[in-house]
Amino acid sequence: MNSDTVPQKVRSPLGEFWRHFLRQKVAVAAALVLVALCLTAVFAPWVAPYDPTAADYDNILSGPTAAHWAGTDAFGRDVFSRILHGARISLAVGFLSVSLGSVAGILLGLLSGFHGGWIDGLIMRSCDVLLAFPGILLAIAVIAILGPGIDNVIYAVAVFSVPVFARLVRGSTLSLKGAVYVDAARAIGAPNRVLMLRHILPGTLPSVIVYFSMRIGTSILTAAALSFIGLGAQPPSPEWGAMLADGRSFIGVASHVTLFPGLAIFVTVLAFNLLGDGLRDALDPKLQRS
Amino acid sequence: MLSYLIRRVTSVLPVLLVVSLLVFLFIHMLPGDPARLVAGPDATALDIANVRESLGLDKPLWQQYLRFVTHAVQGDFGQSLKNKIPVIEVIGERFWPTVLLTVVAMAWSTVFGLLIGVLSAVRRGRWQDYGGMILAVSGISFPAFWLGLLMIDLFSVRLHWLPTGGYEGWKSFVMPSFALGLGVAAVMARFTRSAFLEIAREDYIRTARAKGVTERLVVWKHVLRNAMIPIITMVGLQFGFLLGGSIVVETVFSWPGLGRLLVDSVAYRDYPVIQAEILLFSIEFILINLAVDLLYAAANPEIRFK
Repeated sequence: MNSDTVPQKVRSPLGEFWRHFLRQKVAVAAALVLVALCLTAVFAPWVAPYDPTAADYDNILSGPTAAHWAGTDAFGRDVFSRILHGARISLAVGFLSVSLGSVAGILLGLLSGFHGGWIDGLIMRSCDVLLAFPGILLAIAVIAILGPGIDNVIYAVAVFSVPVFARLVRGSTLSLKGAVYVDAARAIGAPNRVLMLRHILPGTLPSVIVYFSMRIGTSILTAAALSFIGLGAQPPSPEWGAMLADGRSFIGVASHVTLFPGLAIFVTVLAFNLLGDGLRDALDPKLQRS
Repeated sequence: MLSYLIRRVTSVLPVLLVVSLLVFLFIHMLPGDPARLVAGPDATALDIANVRESLGLDKPLWQQYLRFVTHAVQGDFGQSLKNKIPVIEVIGERFWPTVLLTVVAMAWSTVFGLLIGVLSAVRRGRWQDYGGMILAVSGISFPAFWLGLLMIDLFSVRLHWLPTGGYEGWKSFVMPSFALGLGVAAVMARFTRSAFLEIAREDYIRTARAKGVTERLVVWKHVLRNAMIPIITMVGLQFGFLLGGSIVVETVFSWPGLGRLLVDSVAYRDYPVIQAEILLFSIEFILINLAVDLLYAAANPEIRFK
């Protein structure tokens, strides 16, 4: 009302972000689910009631009971314990692959947007080529070269995050490059490296963070799909996609073997997507006005 | 329009060139001797020498590439290691099942995605909007292969309504196309909603309302028509997603298509088939994007005359 006489309380960008983010109830709930999931993943060996690979042939394919909350699989292994251990694999694959892909993509995007010219042309055309392959196809091609296995899935899934981040960061870099504060930094003699990493990079981070969250969801889904078709984690690994593949033969006989791992994938990916939506709404000034 | 057409079509050529180069190099990126890989696991030294000779693997790389491209253009991708028949025949019989599945999935998911998106936008902030968007975000997060297994469990094993897999009659299309299309329907619903809301803010919509145009006409003619332009682009992009999704869904439902062939070939290390399939999938994807861009230009004069 009388904002011209009383100075408004100045909020830091981070404080401003928190204020917007905490209003997104669904996203906050998703974030809490993810924190709980990460804790479970880290402490899985202590939290899980059973050894995830210990077979018990007297107790195979039993439905959910008080002793085995999610039942047992064809080897009598406790499905609940396997899911808890599987969370370590899925979350690690998600974080590592997107981290790898985003760091590479951010650097390429910065170079591309900052220098322009032939560097820009080369990097952006390479991104076009990478995006010309549907994501999972690229991942399968990488696995055909490196061989099946969960480590290779990380690289395979990281590859198709690179062009996404490169394009995103290039766009923000182009608009920030002409900002007055960047000119000022250049005028006092800051080298290009400092201009890019200290002055432009932080400005690109809001959109990077939003994509980061969404890409983790996509990457976990893709990694699980690769394991499901037999190109990712190999038995007896308790990876969620691999568990679904194992349980396929017992559909109708012991549906819980596929029900719970599938639910775990769904809830995790859903949480990352909801978090991404919330972050976008909190960070994107264009949406705040409407 | 013609100059745009020529420009857009020629812009595809360098991408095609690089894609074909990458697919060609694929065999050389594998660890080991390419001739031994192509000759198969139980080849003799003589077989390997023959393969090296017939594929020209003793020639310089650029000559090999030229050979690869000229053969590929004529549909010659060599022999499948698994069945010892030409790759093009293996792929040929798998081609239509995948195309049909993709088209059916695309058709229903576009229609439902559009309807849910429009409903959510028109009823913004009400239960239809929340319901639609909850469905959409769940659809995006739902693993297609898990959905497939759940449906087989319910509709095939328990109720005996639909076959668990295979490729016979319309019944066999129901579950695979649903599993494949769900993600696309969800993306379309979200995208339609935001495109619709964006257009609905425009001045000419307010003008239409002020003139007394009925609400139904405003929604279906004025807003949706203009929102269709970005939506067409989105449909094209989703085709790539469907091609990728078909790999997983075909595995679940034992569908005799290209996706399952690719998975089997990777497991069997049938490199000539893998190579041909990756090239085919990529070309398909590039051409669909091209077609979409041209459609987009036809619908939007702004681009045509730039």
